[in-house]
Amino acid sequence: MTDNEAREVVGDYKAGWHDPENSTIRFDAGLSEQVVRDISELKNEPEWMTEMRVKAFKHFDERPMPTWGNMSMLEEIDFESICYYLRSSKATENDWEDVPEDIRNTFDRLGIPDAEQKWLSGVTAQYESEAVYHSIREDLEKQGVIFLDMDSGLREHEELVKKWFCSVVPYSDNKFSALNTAVWSGGSFIYVPKGVHVELPVQAYFRINAKNMGQFERTLIIADEGSSIHYVEGCTAPTYSTDSLHSAVVELVALPGAHIRYSTVQNWSANVYNLVTKRGIAHEKAKIEWVDGNIGSKLTMKYPSVILKGEGSHAEVISVAYSGSGQHQDAGAKIHHLASNTTSKILSKSISKDGGRGSYRGQVTVSPKAENCKLNVVCDALILDENSRSDTYPTMEVANPTARCEHEASVSKVSDNQLFYLMSRGHSEEEALALIVNGFFEPFTRELPMEYAVELNKLMALEMEGSIG
Amino acid sequence: MTNNNYNPLLIYQANKHLFKRGDVHERLGINMSNDSELLKIQDLYACIDDTSILKGINLEIKPGEIHAIMGRNGSGKTTTANIIMGHPDYEVESGTVELNGKDLLEMETWERAREGVFLSFQYPQAVPGLQVGNFLRKSVAATLGEEAAKGKEFRNKLKESMKELDIPSSFLGRYVNDGFSGGEKKRFEILQLMLMKPKLAILDETDSGLDIDGIRTVAKGINAAIRGTESGALIITHYSRILEHVKPDKIHVLISGKIVKTGGPDLALELEEKGYDWLEGKSES
Ligand SMILES: Nc1ncnc2c1ncn2[C@@H]1O[C@H](COP(=O)(O)OP(=O)(O)O)[C@@H](O)[C@H]1O
Ligand SMILES: [Mg+2]
Repeated sequence: MTDNEAREVVGDYKAGWHDPENSTIRFDAGLSEQVVRDISELKNEPEWMTEMRVKAFKHFDERPMPTWGNMSMLEEIDFESICYYLRSSKATENDWEDVPEDIRNTFDRLGIPDAEQKWLSGVTAQYESEAVYHSIREDLEKQGVIFLDMDSGLREHEELVKKWFCSVVPYSDNKFSALNTAVWSGGSFIYVPKGVHVELPVQAYFRINAKNMGQFERTLIIADEGSSIHYVEGCTAPTYSTDSLHSAVVELVALPGAHIRYSTVQNWSANVYNLVTKRGIAHEKAKIEWVDGNIGSKLTMKYPSVILKGEGSHAEVISVAYSGSGQHQDAGAKIHHLASNTTSKILSKSISKDGGRGSYRGQVTVSPKAENCKLNVVCDALILDENSRSDTYPTMEVANPTARCEHEASVSKVSDNQLFYLMSRGHSEEEALALIVNGFFEPFTRELPMEYAVELNKLMALEMEGSIG
Repeated sequence: MTNNNYNPLLIYQANKHLFKRGDVHERLGINMSNDSELLKIQDLYACIDDTSILKGINLEIKPGEIHAIMGRNGSGKTTTANIIMGHPDYEVESGTVELNGKDLLEMETWERAREGVFLSFQYPQAVPGLQVGNFLRKSVAATLGEEAAKGKEFRNKLKESMKELDIPSSFLGRYVNDGFSGGEKKRFEILQLMLMKPKLAILDETDSGLDIDGIRTVAKGINAAIRGTESGALIITHYSRILEHVKPDKIHVLISGKIVKTGGPDLALELEEKGYDWLEGKSES
């Protein structure tokens, strides 16, 4: 299949164009200890980081593929055909005018500079391996908020990074967290000082442009006592006939009383493997929320998790997944109640269509010492046709009898009567389906900033087009 | 005096039978739809899963008229309504259904809606996550055009109609029919009717499950939407109560998929008294 044919097959993926590749540095495909060392050297990193990368690489190399999930799709990943580092721009700019024109055009088309002016506190835009643009509002900078791409974070705040890097997700957590730690590049580093509330969201946008590309961004957010921040990320890639790999690690630290909300709208093209580890630690009375939307990609494996370490802390994971033709969204949530009076809520919604497959994989644990915990899990699946599939794998391990657990699961289909009702109000069959689907996702979209919610609804309406046989 | 009353339309109507359909109307520049039937059902036979349900329905409603169909459970009332609206489960074996002379059976359900057919459902469907306000705006836009769903005029009409139906404004934030009580569902159907201003409103058991006040409120909405307009309505019910508040021009009795009797408003009282048994086996000739 050529790339043009690939684009035809996937149809209306709106972010599927690609720019000519103007790489200033492109590593040869394939992975070895030398590649890992080269990345570190190129970035002029401190010794400890180089060593951490190398250890992580060795772990990755030895560790077998997961023996669960979509093993056959995982086996198709050809680690030797992937490019592990590609830089298209010489520097990270803080003025869009200085970003190379074709890259700037891409972000223009994605609407990033526009959104930045209207409703964001800061923006980082990553293209392939490096951030090409970065900026934060002056008033936040004055209050001591640090918002940098991860590489600059390491250069300018080495002690903070050294303290927290890999503290939430050790490189040995899983094969892909090891891979990310070995070859990471880009991502965000955020520190919010005590008591500072960042009112408007900060936005990161990740774009893969090149073929057979691997993007391995690394994000670390530390919210100090009583502070709050809302981080939003979006991602897209061109449609190619060969696969790309996106494997990120995100670590959140919410110190006592802090509040971190992390929202994602993942819309990778259908040739991208999206294997991501996201985890946060919530200290006393802190709150961590993952709002996670997975619309694109070929295979996503992602289970945002929260460790409720401090008493009275709270976790929420609200996620939606849409699986269309050839897609498998294997998503879910993990929450560990380690302290007393901690509460958690998981809401997972998945839609499968045209043979797509959605899986919910959830794990909630309550440790023996954690008294009076409350947990609530709801997972709903909507299946749009006979060929599509939905599975749920929920586990709850409750080792303290005072815990209050609620669990609900449902699988539903769109009924002819529901469609007929909406069509009798003048909506075409496709529009009616989009109304039902967007309604199903509403508990998720209502948690997003308005602009994102609108975009997501449009996206789903597009997915419903041409779906009526 | 007779000369003062000269009205070509009345003369034409009185002598309609003299004209051949179509060609004369065009030459005289007379719009068929203004004086002919709003809804015309002829010899309609329909089945579901090979079970025949409608066995030759004939029905004509003129603009401005309100008709009622009464009949026991299972007589084919909902089937008739669903076929006019185009429900995919039913198969029309023969016959025609026309709105202002246009063949409805040719059209998709949403095209019928855009043409001006509205159905108030016996069992309105829930759409979790779809907010009432949003749904109303989108539905008005779909049937009456984007402009009709914008601006102050729409908002005022919405407010006014909700007030008339005793619907609190918090309702707009709820999800369509999701967790609604029986009465709320029916009032919501009528709210849609009032906003979408259809040419033909079919109301399938809109009165069932409502108390006296509910029926009165809903009747007020129907009257407001239909009376004094060129629109017509078909009220399906098996109680006469709602017909006390929405005086129908004609009442049709449906038994086993056939209209066996047609009469004026008094027929409702007669049915209330005598039931349907005396009409069993009868057929309007
Ligand atoms: N989906 C269906 N499948 C089979 N039979 C049906 C279906 N819907 C209606 N019927 C039958 O058609 C007949 C008429 O039903 P309906 O039009 O709903 O009656 P009413 O509205 O007058 O109570 C009934 O005998 C009913 O059992
Ligand atoms: Mg019925």
